Formats: sequence, C-alpha cells, structure tokens
Amino acid sequence: MAGAFPRPPDQGHGPVSWTDEEQARIEEICARYPTRKSATLPVLWMAQRKWGWLSYDVMKLVAETLGQPPSEVYAVATFYTMLKKQPTGTYLIQVCHTLSCQLVGAEEIIAHLKKKLGIEEGETTPDGMFTLMRVECLASCGSGPMMQIDDDYYEQLTPDAIDAIIDGLRSGQPLPLPRPEVNKWTFRSLES
Amino acid sequence: MDVPKPRILTRRWGLEGSHTLAVARKHGAYESLRKALTMEPSAITQVVKDSGLRGRGGAGFPTGVKWGFVPPPEKRGDKPVYLICNADESEPGTFKDRYCIWNDPHALIEGCLIAAWAIGAKTAYIYLRGEFKFVKDRLDAALAEAREAGLVGRNILGTGIDIDVWTHLGAGAYICGEETALLSSLEGGRGQPKLKPPFPAVEGAWRCPTIVNNVETLQVVPWLIEHGAAAYRAIGTEKSPGTKLFSCSGHIRRPGVYELPLGYPMIELLNDECGGLHDGRTLKAVIPGGSSVPVMTPDEVARATMDYESINEVAGSYLGSGGFIVMDDRTDLVAALANLLRFYAHESCGQCSPCREGTGWMHSILQRLAAGEATEFDIATLRDVANNIHSRTICFFGASAAMPVQSFLKKFPEEFFGRAGVDVPDDWQPRAASAK
Repeated sequence: MAGAFPRPPDQGHGPVSWTDEEQARIEEICARYPTRKSATLPVLWMAQRKWGWLSYDVMKLVAETLGQPPSEVYAVATFYTMLKKQPTGTYLIQVCHTLSCQLVGAEEIIAHLKKKLGIEEGETTPDGMFTLMRVECLASCGSGPMMQIDDDYYEQLTPDAIDAIIDGLRSGQPLPLPRPEVNKWTFRSLES
Repeated sequence: MDVPKPRILTRRWGLEGSHTLAVARKHGAYESLRKALTMEPSAITQVVKDSGLRGRGGAGFPTGVKWGFVPPPEKRGDKPVYLICNADESEPGTFKDRYCIWNDPHALIEGCLIAAWAIGAKTAYIYLRGEFKFVKDRLDAALAEAREAGLVGRNILGTGIDIDVWTHLGAGAYICGEETALLSSLEGGRGQPKLKPPFPAVEGAWRCPTIVNNVETLQVVPWLIEHGAAAYRAIGTEKSPGTKLFSCSGHIRRPGVYELPLGYPMIELLNDECGGLHDGRTLKAVIPGGSSVPVMTPDEVARATMDYESINEVAGSYLGSGGFIVMDDRTDLVAALANLLRFYAHESCGQCSPCREGTGWMHSILQRLAAGEATEFDIATLRDVANNIHSRTICFFGASAAMPVQSFLKKFPEEFFGRAGVDVPDDWQPRAASAK
C-alpha cells in the first residue's frame, strides 16, 4: 500500500513444505477457480496460519505450489495489510482508529493498551505475547471503540473490558466466544 | 415516525438460531429458490427490473438493468458467466453486510443462487474482507448445510440445475470493495482496479461476463421472487423503492443497523432510531452514506430524506452505502477530516499518480492544519489538490478521497480558516482552481 513499503523479510523459515493433507486441501481449493493463480490468497492464508508469517521461504513455496513466479506472490503478499511480512507476538492486537471509532474514543483505548502492555504501537511485549498496532476501519463502526485480536472482534471497549481481555489471554483463559455483542446489531452508546 | 417499517432484509434477524438451515427454512428460506428455478431466467431479471431495486453497495445502479448487460449465450460463445457477491464492506461507517451474513446467511446463499440462475452463472463467489474470518466461518457452515441438503452444488432441488457457491477471503485492502479491484484480487493478483470499459458484465472475472452485487442487494432478491415487484414498489419512494439498511455510528445514543423504507426523514432516523444526540449536545455535521460522500450541515439534515434523490438535491451528497456518521458540537472537523484523509492515503492502491500522491499531500496538509501549523495558502492548496484528483483516476477512489475535502471546505470553511488564524476570505471560492 502507498507510503508503507514493507521491510523485506530478513529472517527465514528455512526449508518449508506442505503435508500431504495440506497439499490435497490446496488442490481442492484450486479446483474452485478456473486458474491456479486465483488460489494465491487462500494459499497465502493457509501458509500464514501454519508458519505464523510469510518469509521469503514461505512465499517461494506458495509460488512453486501454484506455478507462479515468486515475484508475483511477493507482489501480492506485500499489497495486503493482513498478510504478515514479519513475525508478530502470539497475539496481534489491532485497534481501529478510523473516524467512527475515533469519535467514540479510539485514542483513549490505544493509550490504555499501551499502558497496560507497557509497549508503544508497533512493538511486541518482551515475553513475545502481544503486538500492538492501529489499523483502519474494520466495519465495526456502531460498536466502537473496538479491536481485533487475531481473528476475533472485541467491541464496545472500555478500559475495564481491556484489562479483562488481556488478563484472560495472559493467564491462558480467554473470554468465551462468541461474545454477546457480536450477536447484536444495535448498541446502547457507552456514554449514556 | 409513524410509517410502516416492513422487514425485508431483517425478517429473520433475532430468531434463535436464524443462521441455521432448519430455522431459516422454517421461516421461508429457499421457497423462493424453488419457485425461481421453475421460472425463465429472463423472467427473474424482469421482476428485479420492475421492482426498481438499486444496488446497495453505494452506487445505486438499478440491479435488473445491470443483470441485463450480460451478453446473451449466442454472443458470449462458450465463456462461462460468473456471479460475485461483494462482501468486502470496507467503506468507513458501513457495517450492515456483516450483520446480514451473521444473522441470515441462508438469505444470501438463496439470493446468490437465484441471481446466478437469472444471469446464467454456474459459479458464484462471495468475496469477504479478510477481517471477516469469523463471518466467513459462519457462512461456510451455512453453505455446508445447504450443500448437504441439495440446495447448492449439483442438481439443485432435483431440477438438474448446477450452481456452486464459494467463499473467498480478502486480506486487508479497502480498494477491494471497488468491483474491478475485487476481480483483480479474486484472480489472485494485487487488488488494483481496471479501466472501464469493458465493464465486468461483458468482461469481468477471468475476462468472462461477470455480475458483481452487494450482499444487501442479493438478500432482497428472494423476497422479490416471493412477493413480486409491485409489493416492493409499494415501499419507499417512486425512484428509490424498497427498504435499506442504515449503519449508524458516531455521537448518537443508539448506534446500530436499522432497516427503514427509503424516503424516511433523516432527522427521524437521527432522533428516533438512533435515539438522538447525548444530553446537552447539538448537531454539527453528518456524513450520510459512508466516509466518501460529501458532508451535510444540520440544516440539510433537517430537510433531507433517506433516499438517492433527496440527499443529492438537498445537500449535493449521496446515499452511498447508507453509512450514517453523526458528529456533535464537540467534534473538531479539521481533525475529523484529517482522520479520513489518513485513511485514504493509507488505502490508495498506488496505481494512479493523482490519487497515490494527492491523498498523501492532503493528509499532510490537514495534519499541519489540525496542529495549527498551516496557513490560509495551505487551505487553497488543499482545495486544488482535491479538485485535481477528482475524475482523474482509473477508479472512483480518487473522487471518494476528494469529495470529503471539497465538501468540508465548502460547508465549514470557518473551521478551517479559523485553524489558520484568519477569517474566511471574502473571495474564497471552494470549487475554484481546477485544472479542468
């Protein structure tokens, strides 16, 4: 994306390969599309879930699997913000800071998270557990302020709620899913 | 307001287990599919045309007319036709599609199947934004149930008709909500828009005829088949028939998604559905259709109704995706606009220079202005940059980034000049100095 050239991955995974099961799954995905290239995003997602992030080694494997030039897979991987070109902590915390969330206190949420985790934006906690980032709109505008931790949305955040969420993850007992707010589509404003 | 509020899109929302096949079928799901598969495809397109349904993704283009652009079999040769559902939902202020799928995935699957049959597609893809992994999981589960029940895949309902529906997950890029960028992304490339023409209906995914429809649009289709075009036309206004989902956010007591007939007074939406502003607050501005559309003043809000025509006539703005963002008197509009331009600068795909460079310039000027470090000359530069992006890019992103700037400067000039420490000049021309 413009203005955000990612640093080339400077560490690698070394030799990487798919299991037979994964290879079969990839063929199943490829069969849904008229071209193998169309499976680039699904296979990059599979790779990221397996290896945590996309090093050159992983991108080359994906390219080979799909019969694409490595440069093309690199071009795709670097275009999308959710595809990680560098490793992150065990949990990636992404706080939305676009207008609707900003209007209802996204900055306070980010400030609280920084204090709670003892890190700045873009940093990972020394124990390697949490990485904190701010991101653009996540389509959760009515239930802001909100953050995404890995695949999960945490909405209508307050400092107390953040403490409970982080403490839960730290102690290995995350809050149960789905959380009630995900099932609702109207919300009482936090302020009222 | 005391008008009927029929529930078309939200009819199964709130039912216990509404996302499961059993509950959805108990409440009517797939009955329209059964009926549609006995109809001629052209008859289905005619119903959609007659209903006046307009695309709910933002552009408001008549859905049936769009379907009619697919070349007939004798003209397209052996090329397959594709249906794509746009579930990228990336416009700031918009969060309705997520709840559409979450609460009623079978309505979307049924809508995809009927639309695919109407346009002659044997394959449909539902493209969801990468962050909607949790939504995709629920939709995949619904698809698996439907496939198991013989509703998706081969020989649907014993009719001999084959239509497959697949989900496809994006990976974080606003631009993939633009239909040609979505197609680039689906094809396995970077999500960069393509020049039109050719339009996707003629040459879209994998250079084959392709129809791209929004989630909300497709979810209306089963209802249209069940109740007919006239019933739909009886709701809403003459030019904007039916209901629409409004995603309401910002400084309101009850943010959320509301289904209302088009033509509903904007002020009633704000005061009734949204519960009004917080105590002691007054209205400063509203963005009525997602972050890309021009901003509205309180006076305009009081006069407009929620439909494609009124918002344009009253305020020169657009209904867009129905993302309704409310800002009260606490809002620093310079900071709000700077926030939006940071978004656009971040999300520009980088393909066209005016957009790639211009969004960054606009953001940096606004940042300096918000910090009190800019002058009145910077405001003129800001205006000129915006005017020179609009209509000079491959896709509509450029205009989407320019319109907020142009409208904020036009409708709230005192906020911006005030930040530069001067009064609004007598000869200030908000739309001047375009290189056109």
